[in-house]
Amino acid sequence: MTALDVRELAKSFGGLRVTANVNLAVAPGERRLIIGPNGAGKTTLFNLITGELTPDAGSVHLFGRDITGIASRRRPHLGLARTYQIITLFPRDTLLQNVVLALLGLSRLRWNPLLPLGSQRHLRELARAALARVGLEAIAERPLSETSYGERRRVEIAMALAQNPRVLLLDEPFAGLSTDERRDVQRLLASIPREVTIVMIEHDMDVALEFAERITLLHFGEVIVEGTRAEVVKDPRTREVYLGA
Amino acid sequence: MRARTAAAIALAALVSLPLWVANPYYVNIASQVLIYAIFALGLNVLVGYAGLVSLGHAGLFGLATYTVAWLVASGTGQLAAAVAALAMAVAMSAVFALLALRATGIGFLMITLALGQIVWGIAYRWISLTNGDNGINLGTRPMPFGIPLASASNFYVFTVIAFLLALAAMAVFVRSPLGASLRGARDQPRRMTALGYNVWLIRFLGFLFSGFWTGVAGLLFGYYHQFVSPQVLHLTASAEVLLMVISGGTGTLLGPIAGAALVVAMKTVASAYIERWNLVLGAIFVAIIVLMPEGLVPGSVRLWRWAWRWLLASPASAAGQRP
Amino acid sequence: MNLWVLLAINSVSFGGLLFLLSAGFSLIFGLMRIPNLTHGSFFMLGAYIGVTLLGLGLDFWSAALLSALAIAAIGGAIERLLLRRLQGQELAQVLLTLGLSFMIADLCLMRWGGDPLSLDAPPALAQRVAILSFQFPVYRLAMVLVAVAVAAGLWLMLERTRLGAMIRAGVDDAPMARVMGIRVSRLFTTVFCLGAGLAGFAGVIGGPILSVYPGLDGDMLPLALIVVILGGTGSLLGSLVGSFVIAFLYNFGQAKLQELSYIILFLPMLLVLVLRPQGLFGRKAP
Repeated sequence: MTALDVRELAKSFGGLRVTANVNLAVAPGERRLIIGPNGAGKTTLFNLITGELTPDAGSVHLFGRDITGIASRRRPHLGLARTYQIITLFPRDTLLQNVVLALLGLSRLRWNPLLPLGSQRHLRELARAALARVGLEAIAERPLSETSYGERRRVEIAMALAQNPRVLLLDEPFAGLSTDERRDVQRLLASIPREVTIVMIEHDMDVALEFAERITLLHFGEVIVEGTRAEVVKDPRTREVYLGA
Repeated sequence: MRARTAAAIALAALVSLPLWVANPYYVNIASQVLIYAIFALGLNVLVGYAGLVSLGHAGLFGLATYTVAWLVASGTGQLAAAVAALAMAVAMSAVFALLALRATGIGFLMITLALGQIVWGIAYRWISLTNGDNGINLGTRPMPFGIPLASASNFYVFTVIAFLLALAAMAVFVRSPLGASLRGARDQPRRMTALGYNVWLIRFLGFLFSGFWTGVAGLLFGYYHQFVSPQVLHLTASAEVLLMVISGGTGTLLGPIAGAALVVAMKTVASAYIERWNLVLGAIFVAIIVLMPEGLVPGSVRLWRWAWRWLLASPASAAGQRP
Repeated sequence: MNLWVLLAINSVSFGGLLFLLSAGFSLIFGLMRIPNLTHGSFFMLGAYIGVTLLGLGLDFWSAALLSALAIAAIGGAIERLLLRRLQGQELAQVLLTLGLSFMIADLCLMRWGGDPLSLDAPPALAQRVAILSFQFPVYRLAMVLVAVAVAAGLWLMLERTRLGAMIRAGVDDAPMARVMGIRVSRLFTTVFCLGAGLAGFAGVIGGPILSVYPGLDGDMLPLALIVVILGGTGSLLGSLVGSFVIAFLYNFGQAKLQELSYIILFLPMLLVLVLRPQGLFGRKAP
C-alpha cells in the first residue's frame, strides 16, 4: 500500500494548465523530493494534495483511502501535515503557544469554551517535547517575533510533527536559511523516524539531493522524470529542463 | 500585582457606587456606561478576537429590545419576555453569521451593514408590527425576585450584576481553547485550516456568543429607557458601538469598557454644551482611524498602549495567554 | 391604469437620478475597491449648496454645475488629505468615509437647519406636457435626458480618452496598472473628485422631486449601494441598468407594499453579496 497516491491529477486556472495529469506514488517511509524550475507547479501540487485547491480531475489517496472529496481541514486528522514556503505562524505568541495551537487542532478540546487553555498541563508538556525534538526547548517561552528565521522554520516543523502525521509535506524548508541553520534543519529531517513519510519540495540541490531517495521532476505541471536519485540526476531530460532545450 | 490591586479597587468602587454617589443622574449615567460596555464587549468578540468588523450589530441589539418591548407590552411575563428576547438575538445572530461569514473584510462589513439596515427597515416601515417611529412602550421595569428596579440605584445594582456576569463570561471565553482558536483564525486562517481547525464554525460560534451578549445589552437598554424606537437600530448606533470598541482598544477586555465609558461620557457632556453629537462622533472616528497607521484590527490603539501596559502588567501573559 | 403609468414615469426619471448618483459610486468602488459611505452625504450637501446658490439668484443649471464643482473639490481634498494616508487599508478607508458622513450630516444640520427645503425646478421646465392622454411633468423628462447625456459623456470618456483607458485599466488591475506606469494615486484622486462631483450634481437635479432634508443622505446611500452591487462595481452599463431596476422596485414597493419596501429593496443586494462576495470585491476570502 502506498502512503500517498496521486492519480491523474489535473488543474487549470482559466486557460492556464498548472497541473497536467500528474501521477505520484510515495511508499511508506520514503523520502521523496519534488524538483522543478519556478512555475513548474510544485506548490500547486501540494495545495491539491492538502485540499486547499480542488482538482479539475484525478484523485488523491492517503494510505489507500480516497481523500479527494474530503475537506482540507479534515486531512490533518487523517495524518497529513504540511509546512509552507512562507512561514505564517502566530507572531504574538510564544513558541510554546504556537505548538500548543498545533496540538489543539487535532484535539476535541479545541471546541471547549470554558476551561482555561493555560491550565492544560498535558498540552504544554507535549508542546515542550515537540520543541525539544527540534532543539528549541530552551527558548520555548520566547515570543515568536523575537526568534530568527531559522528558528521559526524549526518551530513550523515542530508544529507539523506534533500532530503525529503519517505523511509530511515540506514546501522549501531550506529557503532563506543560513548555512548553519540549514545544517540544523538537515539533521532534524534526518532524525525523523520512518513512521513519517516525507515529501519535500526544494530548490537547494545540495541539501535536497542528500535527503532524497526518489525524485520527481516537474515542469509546466507535468511529471518529466521520476526515479531514484541516481537515475534522475543522470537523465538527460533533467539537464534539458534546467538548462533549456 | 499592581494590576490585581487596581482591579480589586475598581471592582469595589463599581459595585458600591450608589453608596458614594448620591445624585441619581450620575448613577443613571453609570448604568448606561455599563449597558454599553456589555454591548461593546459583545461586539469586540467579533472585532477584536475574530478580526471581523460588523456594522450591523445595532440590529441585534435593537432586536432584543424590540422583542422584550413587544412581548411585555402585549402582556407576556417579564421572565418569558427576557428569555425570548435573548433567544431572538441568538437566532438572528445565526442568520447574520450564515450570510456574513461568506466573506471577510469589507465583504463581511457590507453584508452586516445590509442586514442591520434590513432590520432597521422592518422596525421603521412595518408599522403594524413595530409602531414605526412612534416606538413601543415597555411600561414598567421587571421585578427580579420581587425587588423593584424603578429607582436609579436598584437598577444600577441589577446592571452591575449583569455586567460582572458578562465580564466573567468574556474572560472565561477568551482564555478557553475556543477563544484561542478564534484568535488563531483571526491571525492565520489558512494555517489554522491546515492544522485541522474548522475556521468557519469557529467564527460562527464566536458570532453567536457575540450576539448573545449584544442581546443582553439590548435587553437592559429596554428596561432602562422603558421605550424603544427605530433609532436604536440605526446605522449610527452600529457605528457608535464600533467607535467604543476601536477607541478603547480591541486587543483587551478592558478596552471596550473604557471605550464605552469614553463615548457615553462624551455624549452626555457634549449634548449639554453642543447640540451636534454626530459631528463629534464622526470627528473622533476619523481622528482615531487616521492616527492608527498600523491598522484597525487586531492592534490596540497606540495611544492607549502605554497606559494599558502600565496598568495591566498583563496577568494574562503571566498565565501564558495571548493578547 | 393611470397609477401604473404615473409610477412608470416616476420610476424612469428616478432611475435617471439614481444613475447620476451611482455612476460615481461605481467608479470609486471599482477603482479604489471601497464603498464610499460618504456618497450620500455628497448628494445631500450638493443639494443644500444648490438651495443656497438658487437663493443667491443663480439659475438652476449654473447652480447645479457650481455645486458639482464644489463637491468635487471637497471630494478631492478628502481623498488627498485623508484617504491617501490609509492607502492599502480598505477597511480603515471605509470606516473613514462613514465617520465623514456623520460629520457632513451634522454640519448640514447646523448650517441649514432641520426643516425640509425646497429646490425648485427651472421655471421653463416646471410644467406639464400632454402626450397621448397623460399629463407628464416636463422636469421629469428633462431628468432622463440629463441622465442619458451624462451617461453618454461618461461612456465617451471611458472608451475614447486616455484618462478613461487608465481608469479601465485601474479597475481591472490596479497594481498591474501601477507597474505599467499609470499614476494610480493621481487616478484615485481624479475619480474620487469625479464621483463626488457627480453626486453633488445629482443632488441638485434631484432637488425638485425629493426636496432637501436631513436624512437625505441616509435615504440615498443605500440605493447607490444596491445599484452598484447588483450592477457590478466599475461597470457603467451595470449602473445604468441597475438604476432603472432599483428605481422601479423602489417606487412600486413604496406604492404597493409599504411595510416591506425596505426588505424588497435590500434583499437582492443581500443575495448578490452572499452568493458572489469574492467576485464582487475581487478578492478571495480566506
